[in-house]
Amino acid sequence: MKLSGAEILLRALELEGVDKIFGYPGGAVLDIYDRLPFSPIKHYLTRHEQGAAHAADGYARVTGKVGVCFATSGPGATNLVTGLATAHIDSVPVVAFTGNVPTFMIGNDAFQEVDTVGITRPITKHNFLVKDVKDLADTVKKAFYIAKTGRPGVVLVDLPKDVTREIADFFEEEYKSPVQIRSYKPVLKGHPGQIKRAAKAIATAERPVLYIGGGVVSSGAADLVVKLAEVANIPMTATLMGLTAVPGNHPFFLGMLGMHGTYAANMAVTECDLLIAVGARFDDRVTGRLADFAPNAKVIHIDIDSAEIGKNKTVDIPIVGDAKLVLEELLPEVEKQVVKNREFYAVREKWILKVRSWAERYPLWYEPSDVSIKPQFVIQKIYEVTKGEAIITTDVGQHQMWVAQYYKFKFPRQLVTSGGLGTMGFGVPAAIGAKIGRPDKTVFCISGDGSFQMNMQEIVTAVQHNVPIKVAILNNGFLGMVRQWQGIFYDKNYSQVHMDVQPDFVKLTEAMGGVGFRVEKPQDVETVLKEAMLINDRPVVIDFVVDREEDVFPMVPPGGALREMILPSYGKKKAKKAV
Amino acid sequence: MERPEHRKHVISVLVENQPGALARIIELFSSRGYNIESLNVGHTEDPSISRITMVAKGDEHTIEQIVKQLRRIIDVFKVRDLTDKKKLDRELLIVRINVDSNEKKEEAKRLVEIFGAQIVDISHDTYTIELTGDEEQVDAFLELIKPLGIREMARTGRVAMVRALQGDTFSDKKEFQ
Repeated sequence: MKLSGAEILLRALELEGVDKIFGYPGGAVLDIYDRLPFSPIKHYLTRHEQGAAHAADGYARVTGKVGVCFATSGPGATNLVTGLATAHIDSVPVVAFTGNVPTFMIGNDAFQEVDTVGITRPITKHNFLVKDVKDLADTVKKAFYIAKTGRPGVVLVDLPKDVTREIADFFEEEYKSPVQIRSYKPVLKGHPGQIKRAAKAIATAERPVLYIGGGVVSSGAADLVVKLAEVANIPMTATLMGLTAVPGNHPFFLGMLGMHGTYAANMAVTECDLLIAVGARFDDRVTGRLADFAPNAKVIHIDIDSAEIGKNKTVDIPIVGDAKLVLEELLPEVEKQVVKNREFYAVREKWILKVRSWAERYPLWYEPSDVSIKPQFVIQKIYEVTKGEAIITTDVGQHQMWVAQYYKFKFPRQLVTSGGLGTMGFGVPAAIGAKIGRPDKTVFCISGDGSFQMNMQEIVTAVQHNVPIKVAILNNGFLGMVRQWQGIFYDKNYSQVHMDVQPDFVKLTEAMGGVGFRVEKPQDVETVLKEAMLINDRPVVIDFVVDREEDVFPMVPPGGALREMILPSYGKKKAKKAV
Repeated sequence: MERPEHRKHVISVLVENQPGALARIIELFSSRGYNIESLNVGHTEDPSISRITMVAKGDEHTIEQIVKQLRRIIDVFKVRDLTDKKKLDRELLIVRINVDSNEKKEEAKRLVEIFGAQIVDISHDTYTIELTGDEEQVDAFLELIKPLGIREMARTGRVAMVRALQGDTFSDKKEFQ
């Protein structure tokens, strides 16, 4: 079949199972957009290319499918950059297509020309510049394969305008044949000998902890990891990216670890004699001072990316492989070993009691108020009103950490947040992508007044495409996390963090075609949330005017050891139960 | 003396002969802050595959990371640290020196003969000399020729290959299929 490059691209996307894409047209992609109306693929026009990249990312995170975005050359491509870097560092499968100037003009500083593959090389798993329409179909096929296999990541395909215009043969049957990339063969199955060693270590450890990362969520290993914890009585902690792998109210779950982790999680890791890391990468926000991270523990590290093993922390039992496949092999081995060890449950019981005593003694806590709205309280109310079933997207800052602490997730892929890159402005467009990927779920973007203003234009996108997302702005009139650091480490020298000059978010939302609310009293929080839940034909933005100087605790000072956490003051009387 | 934990490593990489591949490798060094001493690229017996020989300095952990990070690159087939392998290890030097007196001419000819080098270009007051050898030989030659006055020089950096009798030749065709 003879097709133009644009037609080949769209047909190939269809064969990849893509039915929704996010993008923004421009000169270099005119030929693609010219053919788009004749394709069954639905295109969501955003208001900024960054929004398209984040939406594709949000879509991919909630569905597990590859997210796809389009942009034109030059500024279109550079506007994608933050979005692609965000997805890539969190190992989200996204394929981006950018237009470029025709092949004969490349390198000429032509209008809207940039070296897109050069710019995006460090923030993609791989990228391609297609110079000949004959290579296009094969390149698209490889791009999807690379994005979704092994450790998932971002792949960018740069398409010079002439490549999208020219005609070539397209053979569907050939497209459907398996991909061959001779230099790329990801290792998926764990080494059986290492798995046996790991099982033995798990069964004989006195104080083990499971340290669960985003890899568990993306490989679909959440149930298995929880089963492992239950079979071998192991307390669990998770990173920001791994939080949704474990039901938030699971009796063995200690909550998040790291800089804003719970006391119990951070102490358990500090005191453990066996650390079982699954799909996690020992990021500095997790480990604090490395030398004091699980200082007395033997370390098992299961990861699909061998470069992550031993990168930051020395590992005793490395297992390279897909978390799900490795856990499938590991579980029966652990079961066998546990039966052999008669002392097992008695030894474990002691450890679990100790960990629980930490959780009871130093729970997450904030000083409740009848006068001002506490940001943590808003998150607890959102949790209640959504019955813990909403997909939550966040921006970056204090609100993000409070979400991680106070929203108890129920199922994998329920939290969409920029963990590695920490991208403010991610929440709203990611919520749009998430809602499009999971229209059956309530999608709540929990944001801050600073972050929301970074990509608030995307509310218009939600209105145009009838995507009824909900946004809660925890508005403290500050860049709260920066203010918190300035408060604790820079003598309260609040430099350039005042955000008291703001748009009227209610009017602004209404001007964009959504519904806006403002809540100023704690008594109104629940009522307005319930009202917002009834609106399902438009986006809703709720501006919660919250306590201005609330800090996120616990907090491990940068460069400090996890056990050196700053705890909340616990007020006059300590909270009775862990929240 | 150099600290043993910071010794030079010879890393050999087989990679798709494509423009992006080399760019990714070089970028890896700059973005992750690794030091690269020399880098040499040329195609192999299969023109679609290039061999990159690089010399990098660092402790064992850094070198291990370099090897692992190189392996993550999609276009990379195979990476090996050849430092402790029995290997052939060569470098090409081209150096132009001053020979503005007969004594200097004689001294240059003597060194050229001892090192098995060749004079490949002459002018009335310069010799241009070509030498192939391992890094130590090249360094020694330069040290001795330096007093004559070096006008200009170019070194290729090392290329290396494991000796055949090591029994584990690097570019095993079967692995590429």
